[in-house]
Amino acid sequence: MKVGIVVFPGSNCDRDTEHAFEKVLGVGVERLWHKDSDLKGVDAIVLPGGFSFGDYLRTGAVARFSPIMESVADFAARGGRVLGICNGFQILLEAGMLSGAMLPNRSLRFICRDVTVRVEQTAAPVVSKLQQGQLLRIPVAHYEGNWFCDDETLARVEAEGLPVLRYCDAAGVVSDETNLNGSRNNIAGLRNAAGNVVGMMPHPERCAEPALGGIDGRALLEGLLS
Amino acid sequence: MKVRVFVTPKKGVFDPQGVVIETGLRQLGFAGADQVRVGKVIDLVVHTDDRDDASARVHAMCKTFLTNPVIEDYTFTLDEAP
Repeated sequence: MKVGIVVFPGSNCDRDTEHAFEKVLGVGVERLWHKDSDLKGVDAIVLPGGFSFGDYLRTGAVARFSPIMESVADFAARGGRVLGICNGFQILLEAGMLSGAMLPNRSLRFICRDVTVRVEQTAAPVVSKLQQGQLLRIPVAHYEGNWFCDDETLARVEAEGLPVLRYCDAAGVVSDETNLNGSRNNIAGLRNAAGNVVGMMPHPERCAEPALGGIDGRALLEGLLS
Repeated sequence: MKVRVFVTPKKGVFDPQGVVIETGLRQLGFAGADQVRVGKVIDLVVHTDDRDDASARVHAMCKTFLTNPVIEDYTFTLDEAP
């Protein structure tokens, strides 16, 4: 089993993600440079967090045209598993591999803290090691995590059960008060219809071992490989 | 041909910057003004003298890369002056 971690100029969570898979989960890792198109036979791909291309124009807008993204899209179209974390989620949205787009947080502040999210389903591999309704405590660090789509798309996203994580409070209550950044329906993580592509704003690689103060992210990373 | 592209948040898209600026205007006493929306301007030069050609090329740029149609609208002006 081998995980590919795509590295763009400005990625800054690629080493943390590599550490989590290699040292914590004991899984082989291949770093995939954005200008390459060879996926080196990996079994799953992670688009890590960071500020690819300085977040210029829009977050993920430049990275989505990197040569590797064509290979990633082909890989996903064949059923390959892809997880986008934070900036990786933003890139998947810009690439049209997931629904919606990102806006600045409604507070217009960069939010960097631990949040509680509720697991909405276990149909996608990434969330398959969890229970529906389970609460996870995971760090976020973003300025543009305010997930948006129009009413028609939102109705389809909900009808198809695509949300995988929602921002909530310690009791699991999902409401406007517990909406971290203004995301429609508190959506913190989303999958595609097939379930093999998932994007999320929280950083599971930052809480995958006790030394980091939490292990709630570990099951999400394990799920990608399940 | 000089091109100026105006990118604006789509109708219905929450624009926190617009809200902050509108509140600021009100607090500064500028009455009778609202519906503030904040967008961006992108200037570029397209190497052609043909307006239709320039227009087609800028539309393609906007749809492919310069804007995200989920959240943004765009218009642009063409200026032949050197």
